Amino acid sequence: GQSGLGKSTMVNTLFKSKVSRKASQPGQEERIPKTVELQSVTHVIEEKGVKMKLTVTDTPGFGDQINNENCWDPIIKYINEQYERYLREEILITRKRKIPDTRVHGCVYFVPPTGHWLRPLDLEFMRRLSKIVNVVPVIAKADTLTLEERAEFKQRIQEDLKTHAISVYPQEDFDQDPDDRALNDRIREKIPFAVVGADQEHQVNGKRVLGRKTKWGIIEVENPAHCEFPLLRDLLIR
Amino acid sequence: QNDGFRTLSLSGHVGFGSLPDQLVKKSIKQGFCFNILCIGETGSGKSSLINSLFNTNFDDPESTHFLPSVQLRARTYELQESNVLLKLTIVNTVGFGDQINREDSYQPIVDYIDAQFEAYLQEELKIKRSLCSYHDTRIHVCLYFISPTGHSLKTLDLLTMKSLDSKVNIIPIIGKADGISKTELQNFKNKIMCELVSNGVHIYQFPTDDETVSEINTIMNGHLPFAVVGSTKEVKIGNKTVRGRQYPWGIVQVENENHCDFVKLRNMLICTNMEDLREQTHARHYELYRRCRLEEMGFRDIGPQNKPVSLQASYEAKRHELYLELQRKEEEMRQQFVHRVKEKEAMLKEAEQQVQTKFEHHMLMHQEVKLQLEKNKKILEDEIAVFYEKKANAELLQSQASVSTPVVSLKRDKDRK
Repeated sequence: GQSGLGKSTMVNTLFKSKVSRKASQPGQEERIPKTVELQSVTHVIEEKGVKMKLTVTDTPGFGDQINNENCWDPIIKYINEQYERYLREEILITRKRKIPDTRVHGCVYFVPPTGHWLRPLDLEFMRRLSKIVNVVPVIAKADTLTLEERAEFKQRIQEDLKTHAISVYPQEDFDQDPDDRALNDRIREKIPFAVVGADQEHQVNGKRVLGRKTKWGIIEVENPAHCEFPLLRDLLIR
Repeated sequence: QNDGFRTLSLSGHVGFGSLPDQLVKKSIKQGFCFNILCIGETGSGKSSLINSLFNTNFDDPESTHFLPSVQLRARTYELQESNVLLKLTIVNTVGFGDQINREDSYQPIVDYIDAQFEAYLQEELKIKRSLCSYHDTRIHVCLYFISPTGHSLKTLDLLTMKSLDSKVNIIPIIGKADGISKTELQNFKNKIMCELVSNGVHIYQFPTDDETVSEINTIMNGHLPFAVVGSTKEVKIGNKTVRGRQYPWGIVQVENENHCDFVKLRNMLICTNMEDLREQTHARHYELYRRCRLEEMGFRDIGPQNKPVSLQASYEAKRHELYLELQRKEEEMRQQFVHRVKEKEAMLKEAEQQVQTKFEHHMLMHQEVKLQLEKNKKILEDEIAVFYEKKANAELLQSQASVSTPVVSLKRDKDRK
């Protein structure tokens, strides 16, 4: 997603830890690069004895230039490179017991909260990438939309995706049995999730919650009535 | 990309601690498969043991002792416990050890195991492959039944196990162990383990690197080979019905740990180490087979200058090699063809030459004969001319004489003439 849509904050909120690129390279000047770059940071996190190696890849410069033609090419190239690397390991005669897996498991695409339709850039990108990776579109900075505007925006996006035959995660083709399909249909009704990210805690009703403080109230990130961040977290992690 | 991974601590509950549960759910849905190979002489108790292990009657008919060669019979069953589905394949060696000449007894077994590896390799090498739905028939464990002689291993046992130990996980078992007494049993076990070690046979060792199971596995490793008794019949003891064998002198209970090692075998094989057996088969035995096979086919990881070579490069190199070979063969054939044509031409020319000479010779003969005939003809013509002259003279004389002499005397003269 474009810069300024809250990607780093979102990823920090998801993993309750400073996993974003900005957080791991403090002091670097914020500049918009002239071409799309891909920067990956890998972390090791542990919960309840389960260790996970989490790699977060960011795309600074995406959609930021005046002419954004083919800005998805470096991204597609990166994803295919990971597949190539894995394939090369798999094809060896003497291959490793555990092949190191750097393949991209999920791609979260941040749609700006215009409230209208998907932009041509969004459509082009998602059309190309949904063929090679699991794409999860989210409406970023959703605290600028009211609930009705949100519902309408979602409806329009779903129509757009269907018209252009873009299959986002969870893809209908991969439904394995009726139970799976029922579960995934419920998710598909709500896509794209309208999310708000926050990494600061505030006091609400005596509890400490993650949220954004504004003059007219506190937006609680983990409150399903306020935003759909919990749904995104459940889909991606739990 | 950062190569040093940072370790971060979480400030709240994220939820990926449920990853193992997600895996479990998926695995249960997919179901598992497990393949057992039983090797043992006919009547060593294989079917009874399998029936007892899985608490079912697998309906395997008894086989005769008179099969001419060893055959492998595989049967697949679908079992369910709780909500876990298991596709169990049991492969029996029929006729093992029955022949008088047993030199070829173990080869069919080795071939069978290799064939399963080959089938998996072929599936893995396909372009459009379906490994998730592939029915894995590779043998995960081989239960080798040792006859309860009480002395030592037979040569056939050693040979067979040696030929299989790098291809499959072997667990040696003493079948029909109710014929051996407790003291004899320990000696027998020790003897067997010594012989296996001294002959360099690698049997399956229960894994001891995972702390949760290392203790129990180490103890069990010391009890190998398991002395088991199997039974398909149930007997009444007190008010319980258990699997057992009824003798006049008592009842051998299959599940009584004092009577035999059946419970140990079941726990080790199914409860504790089934997954390790499957993993060892895939990660060790299958990888070895795959490596040997690919090297056989001419593929290498490292090229001639010790640089890594990709599979694609190997393919290209091989294809180029074969292409050059093809060209060479073509050239050879072409040359041979030209050579043969030349030979044939020379032959024909010679024959033509011969025919020509004969013809000329005949022509000459013909000429000579013709000349000769002409000569003869001339001579004859001359003779004819002389004859006519004489005839004319004679007629003249006759006409002169007819005036003065009778006809008779003339006749006489004529006859005389």
